[in-house]
Amino acid sequence: MSPTLAAVLLIGIFVLAAALIWLGLGLSRRAQRLEEAPPPPEPAEPGGDVAAPPGPPRLRDRMGKTRAALSRSLGALTGRRTIDDEAWDSIEEALLVADVGVTTTSRLLDELRARAATARVDDPEQLVTLLRQEIVDDLSGIDRSLHHAPDGPTVWLFVGVNGTGKTTTIAKLAQREIEGGHAALMAAADTFRAAAADQLTHWAERVGADVVRGQEGADPGSVVFDAVDAAGGRGAGVVLVDTAGRMHTKVNLMEELKKIRRIAERTPGAPQEVLLVIDSTTGQNGLAQARQFAEAVGVTGVVLTKLDGTAKGGVVLAIEVDLGIPVKLIGVGEAAEDLVPFDPAEFAAALFA
Amino acid sequence: MFDALADRFDGIFKRLRGRGRLSDKDVDEVAREIRVALLEADVNVTVVKSFINRVKERARGAEVAKSLSPAQQVIKIVHEELVTTLGGETGKLAMSSKPPTVVMLAGLQGSGKTTAAGKLARHLVADGRKPLLVAADLQRPAAVEQLRVLGQRIDVPVFSEPTDPVKVARAALKEADRTGRNVVILDTAGRLQIDDELMGELRRIRAKVEPDDTLLVVDAMTGQEAVNVAEAFDEAVGLDGVILTKIDGDARGGAALSVKEVVGKPILFAGTGEKLDDFEPFHPDRMASRILGMGDMLTLIEKAEAAFDEEEAAKAEKKLRKGQFTLEDFLDQMQQVRKMGPLQNLVGMMPGLPKEARDAELDESQLGRIEAIIRSMTPEERRNPTVINGSRRLRIARGSGTSTQDVNGMLKQFKMVQQMMRSVAKGKMPRLPVPGR
Repeated sequence: MSPTLAAVLLIGIFVLAAALIWLGLGLSRRAQRLEEAPPPPEPAEPGGDVAAPPGPPRLRDRMGKTRAALSRSLGALTGRRTIDDEAWDSIEEALLVADVGVTTTSRLLDELRARAATARVDDPEQLVTLLRQEIVDDLSGIDRSLHHAPDGPTVWLFVGVNGTGKTTTIAKLAQREIEGGHAALMAAADTFRAAAADQLTHWAERVGADVVRGQEGADPGSVVFDAVDAAGGRGAGVVLVDTAGRMHTKVNLMEELKKIRRIAERTPGAPQEVLLVIDSTTGQNGLAQARQFAEAVGVTGVVLTKLDGTAKGGVVLAIEVDLGIPVKLIGVGEAAEDLVPFDPAEFAAALFA
Repeated sequence: MFDALADRFDGIFKRLRGRGRLSDKDVDEVAREIRVALLEADVNVTVVKSFINRVKERARGAEVAKSLSPAQQVIKIVHEELVTTLGGETGKLAMSSKPPTVVMLAGLQGSGKTTAAGKLARHLVADGRKPLLVAADLQRPAAVEQLRVLGQRIDVPVFSEPTDPVKVARAALKEADRTGRNVVILDTAGRLQIDDELMGELRRIRAKVEPDDTLLVVDAMTGQEAVNVAEAFDEAVGLDGVILTKIDGDARGGAALSVKEVVGKPILFAGTGEKLDDFEPFHPDRMASRILGMGDMLTLIEKAEAAFDEEEAAKAEKKLRKGQFTLEDFLDQMQQVRKMGPLQNLVGMMPGLPKEARDAELDESQLGRIEAIIRSMTPEERRNPTVINGSRRLRIARGSGTSTQDVNGMLKQFKMVQQMMRSVAKGKMPRLPVPGR
């Protein structure tokens, strides 16, 4: 291809693409106006609440490595007599390293400055205690329980981007429910990823749950419909819906998710939970994920997985404070009992142990 | 990816433009804003520090002071530093002189190793190689099955046996010899965290099969942890490069900037979407240009060359020069452009597009409606849309499953496209309308 030819063509493509976007947008905006606004997420059913299953508080043991990493970044504080710029810098750095994010970090630091002035704190190590308290205050007084239907099947949807641990989380929760005397049924609504249904079936067999699956490439909505139907027929229990991991930026995939929710909504009160599964190694993009999924399907809680590594998952602070989505469960290991309720005090302590 | 970061830089530089001289205070302010932009993009704290220091030092130095447009000079410095941080030259997979070449993929669970293995295999097939996919991940339920399904889809054989990962890897080399495959791609097990067991397993595989390339698979959405992961793997098994996955989201790519800087290993490939051919070699200089909103014309040209054949291109050029541009040409061109990949990706590579266009969420199914409208027209209508009257309009709307308003809007906007094309033919760069309304 000659260079002039390439140039002319490229300009053509350039204009064309701009035109296409423009045309496409015009049409999609029209379509949007025609469609009704999606219904707001259902409020939780009263009466059927059950606290998230209690577990041994193992976060701190599991977060030993985290502590080591953090004390490294806060190392500059110990042995320091006065609170100087360097002390503030190392606190800021510790927060940033924990993926708390620039905005939340500067908000926390501003408030910490005010608190430190009021409390007349002059010892750098006390600053950390104050900061921890500040974080706990940010996260306190929030309902973190998982809701069940008072009668009829309970439906929990699990959503998130690819590779965060949705399927494993479902397996662990199913085992919990079964041990708690609830029947558990897994719905393999991930009909996209190769062998996803196999993976779920494998887990279902291991934990003794039922499973409903469709063909690869089948409509995920139909799987959800069948699963809720089957659960109703067998007399209640919890339906755990495994959806395909999807990028929150993909419009058509988010539309598909909305459809899944609408099908679940055919059972009054369902879905009782829409849980967003976030990998704790995720950085500030976690906030964008939470925003998009919440907008599409009304997320009721976050499950923060893989917290047993060195990652701290600090982005959930912003998700909870800015978006009002509570963290309900955290994953600190591979066993079923390693999925534990989120405890703000432990989280804050693990950030600054 | 990187678009949000590009927007931030754009805002920062806009205020710099037109300034005659930059004081130390100006430089400090710019540096502070770049720092926030990079941190928001999840670039590692330490990497940000050294990046900012380098930029500051150079921006205060002679090269800026002597320059006629200091702002341009600062942008140039940031661009150069970004290229350095991203890895300078484009890296390549090392190929063994004695086949089979062994490529080992490692990474945490959920980073996308298995999918990356499938995509890499497909990429190598397109390159004329004969890969063998090997499922050495015997930990995760259904991991072997997942690779088998991927292998089937791209028509690449998959090898595994229910023994242990080291034995599988060794047996795979023999299998490759026996069946004449010249690249072996090992998909190893991931863990939830960096642990000794995982590293031990990787080290044992490495010792037995001596891979030519050990590649770390990293999720582009990873935060500060990316650096720890890269360091740990590099220390334990020695990395040769990185595959960055899931860059099609809105992650700002801090992980990409951090990893190279910290472990000094290049990013070789990037996974850009759900489909198996959404996989590209990673070009640091082009990425840096995209981050700074300069577009990525080189990749765009390459994609155009791959999608358009010579004859069609010549035809299109002729029409363009004559200023004849009908709905039929529009349809043809649209199909060609769509062959180049998701529109959103193309838009990201174009320099100088208005921000609204770059941010616009593109629903490709809407393009299907445009296509349906044009296809519902007669050849005459396509060549000369002025003949379309009320009853024709109704027929077209019915035929395409749209409304007459849709048809009207389409025609009106096509007229503007024609005008733009005419000005292109006259050698002028058209003014682009802001999409919407």
